[in-house]
Amino acid sequence: MASLDDLKKRITSVKSTQKITKAMKMVAAAKLKRAQESAEKGRPYSEKMNNVILNLSSSISDKNNAPKLLSGTGNNKIHLCVIMTSDRGLCGGFNANIIKKAKSYFSKLKKEGKQLKIVTVGSKGNDQLKRAYGDKIIENISFKNSKNANYFDAEKVGKTIIERFEKEEFDVCTIFYNRFKNVITQVPQAQQIIPLHTENNDENKSDESYEFEPDEDEILSNLLPKNISTQIFKAMLENSASEQGARMSAMDNATRNAGEMVDKLTIEYNRSRQAAITKELIEIISGAESL
Amino acid sequence: MSEEFKIEIVNPDKSFLSKDDVTEVIVPAFEGEIGILKDHISIISFLKPGIIKIYSQTGEDKFYVEDGIIEFKSNNLSVLTSSIYNLKDIKKNKIQELLKMAEEEISKTEVNDQTKYLIDQKIDVLRSIN
Repeated sequence: MASLDDLKKRITSVKSTQKITKAMKMVAAAKLKRAQESAEKGRPYSEKMNNVILNLSSSISDKNNAPKLLSGTGNNKIHLCVIMTSDRGLCGGFNANIIKKAKSYFSKLKKEGKQLKIVTVGSKGNDQLKRAYGDKIIENISFKNSKNANYFDAEKVGKTIIERFEKEEFDVCTIFYNRFKNVITQVPQAQQIIPLHTENNDENKSDESYEFEPDEDEILSNLLPKNISTQIFKAMLENSASEQGARMSAMDNATRNAGEMVDKLTIEYNRSRQAAITKELIEIISGAESL
Repeated sequence: MSEEFKIEIVNPDKSFLSKDDVTEVIVPAFEGEIGILKDHISIISFLKPGIIKIYSQTGEDKFYVEDGIIEFKSNNLSVLTSSIYNLKDIKKNKIQELLKMAEEEISKTEVNDQTKYLIDQKIDVLRSIN
């Protein structure tokens, strides 16, 4: 059994850990509120963008001549996966969930005999994938210095992806991120952005015909690169809200566990203190009796 | 019958402006300025650097944009842009900063004709409001 002193030390150390996790939880809660707000504010832009593209692609006359970002390169050999993770740890299963989802996708690609290339956004994903897929990672982008997800960062990522696409380095591009459902649930998502999936949703389609200026093709080729940045920005916003949510619930759990541990240790400490007193009493009494 | 329609300007990170008493909007579309009144035909176009002018009952607003897309449909005008500044709020040194960036960009050799044209436009507009 540990001595009284040891127990005392352990109790204080667990208590200070609890203080830290509690503080981190509060910080995450405050940040979550902001991240959620900006995710909500960013929604109209990406929705409108999607609408416009939907309208455009449905009215485009010559499907074979459509820009490559929309129709693809015609091949389906080289896959680029953009894995979006956080730069900081201590957020529960947040990063692990994305990595798990990505890894199962990788093995599926491997089975189909396709070539794989990886771009990681955020340092945690890079750390976890380095060992198994180090040779596949072609770029690692990290935004440690920017406080919040912002559009310029997203544009940077978008531009590198488009540059690589134009050099024909890959045929299909998929981004992996966590979709924010609520504070405790984040759903890892795989979304294909090149070639673009235009859902054939007839309800959304308007029968109204648009006038285009300049023509459809030119607008589309101008719009599609922007859409990629927008999609990435949306993923970044969702990701940062998810990260804070995951961190908040992880830290909440940690605080609770620390509390339980303190209770257990305190009971043990009191018991052994009592035992020591009883032992001393017995010693004194038996000493007095023997006289 | 009123001659008003709705305009909404959205940024990637927030809704920038929303107004429903607009009578006329002039946007710098890629092939020249377009004036939009109520019941304009549905149109999609993209913008070059320039000034968006919004006329409403309450007065006139001017915004500097660098790029974007406009969509007009059933008397709703949506402007999607990642870079927009209200001419009233934009500071002189911000204009100068943008101007400097544009001039640096144009001095690079590898720009193609279209981007060169766009940057030229940008410089012209920035000089005119400076």
